[in-house]
Amino acid sequence: MTPTAIVVLVLALTVVWGGLALAILNLRRAPVDPDDDEPETDQPLAGDGSGPAGSR
Amino acid sequence: MARASTSPEREQWSGQTGFILAAVGSAVGLGNIWRFPGVAYENGGGAFLVPYVIALLVIGIPVLFFDYALGHRFRGSAPTVFRRLTRRAESLGWFQVGISIVIILYYTVIIAWALSFVWFSVGQTWGDDAASFFTNDYLRTTPEAGVSLDIVPGVFWPLVGTWVVTLVILALGVQKGLERSNIIFLPMLVVLFAALVVRALFLDGAADGLNAFFTPDWSALLHPGVWIAAVAHIFFSLSIAFGIMVTYSSYLKRRSNLTSSGLVVAFSNSSFEILAGVGVFATLGFMANQQGVEVSELEGLTGPTLSFSTFPQIISAMPGGSVFGVLFFVSLAVAGLTSLLSLLQVVSAAFQEKFGWDPRQAALRVGGVAAVVSILLFSTTTALHVLDTLDKWANEVGVITSAVVMTILVAWRLRLLPQLRWHLNQVSSTRIGPWWQYVVGIVVPLVIGYMLVSGVWMLVTEGYGGYPLWFRLVFGWGAIAFMVVFAVIMTKVRWVKDPDDFVPWPPLPTGGLTKSGDRS
Repeated sequence: MTPTAIVVLVLALTVVWGGLALAILNLRRAPVDPDDDEPETDQPLAGDGSGPAGSR
Repeated sequence: MARASTSPEREQWSGQTGFILAAVGSAVGLGNIWRFPGVAYENGGGAFLVPYVIALLVIGIPVLFFDYALGHRFRGSAPTVFRRLTRRAESLGWFQVGISIVIILYYTVIIAWALSFVWFSVGQTWGDDAASFFTNDYLRTTPEAGVSLDIVPGVFWPLVGTWVVTLVILALGVQKGLERSNIIFLPMLVVLFAALVVRALFLDGAADGLNAFFTPDWSALLHPGVWIAAVAHIFFSLSIAFGIMVTYSSYLKRRSNLTSSGLVVAFSNSSFEILAGVGVFATLGFMANQQGVEVSELEGLTGPTLSFSTFPQIISAMPGGSVFGVLFFVSLAVAGLTSLLSLLQVVSAAFQEKFGWDPRQAALRVGGVAAVVSILLFSTTTALHVLDTLDKWANEVGVITSAVVMTILVAWRLRLLPQLRWHLNQVSSTRIGPWWQYVVGIVVPLVIGYMLVSGVWMLVTEGYGGYPLWFRLVFGWGAIAFMVVFAVIMTKVRWVKDPDDFVPWPPLPTGGLTKSGDRS
């Protein structure tokens, strides 16, 4: 392989596979803890008169 | 008060790992193996990786977060989510379901072809002329584009088998079906493909192939078409903007790390693409070496031609080619299967929620109809022409239209981007800044809108593939018309259970949000 192709190959692997490694590390550093205000089920909650998007 | 006691619980992933595996399985598909290497090579080789990475960071990941935020906050399939945004937007959700239906019809047959070629690889059945074997002997393709009901038994039975397997997995539901199959298939795909790449790297001429793939042509970066190709590829590759990631993220538990998971999914997809580029071009280097030509002189470097004509030729010339062939075609079938399952789930989930069906009923009724249509259209002698046309219109008109409409609707009509950014930041560890709103609200509609207009203009003025006008009208524009009519009709059908009876979680802060998505 030519030196230029090798440099591009190494750069591509570093950026993309390095990005994946960092993303996995980032995810593992922040485990998800259930929160007290989280609904116990995933069912729709009764409406309170506000719009469906919750902002209108 | 929650009313959970009166109805069955909505399905969920068992955890983030199951979701990530399924989302990666969806993103890593046929395009990673047969599209990315060729697109990169034709658009500047190593230099293409610059617009590719920029498109990933600036367009792909922000739109992936956008899909996740919509699905996770509004907890439903695409029609449910858009209906919950505003009643009139439900049809956009059904339009996305329509896109999935069209893609499912032809995607299944490619997996069936790959399965047939696993068997053909063992005896290298294609003989000396692999291209002729694929189109004439195996598919029995008619020279002219048309509609035929001449069933090809060699395609019919693998296609029936593929449909049976996928519908059984679909009927098992989110955790037992989708999640478990991805837990098996995705690691299997990585192992098989890694073995294939290692074998390819030790072939004579592999270095020439890698030189061709990675040597940058920096002048390509001056061509806008190269940048558009990068954006288009990222868009199609990540399975964004047509309901898949909206549906998948809706099955996540309420407290889920959306942005960090999204980064893992996006970079996993790209990592596999780079691996595919290495494997495919090392193999093409071997082919060029055997023929005594330059890699640049080879033809058939993308799509079905690469997989079903070029690769069989290489397999025949290679020591231990049968093993290599089995590895390649099993990888192709597995990559396709995990993506197909995600497409089917978009359809299944939408019908489950609209009609109150369970996964088994949806698989049997909707999947059964899709299977019959797919088998009738794609086990015949005109399958290749129909597939090529549907694929072009579904992706370059259907998916891109969906993306433009959904970003403009959410950003400009409903002005929900601040709420979606707030939602992402509430549940995720990696916070995103106000820049995300500008990207999704301004950059994406502009770039994708330009792609849509230029793509439609090309299809209208220049046609496609040399197909006659009537054929393009029936299978190209006709497919788009089907999506629109299907969306209109399905929107008019009554819901079994009112989807509007819903309040998003977490509740918005009492003081409201500022335009930038921060607490006021």
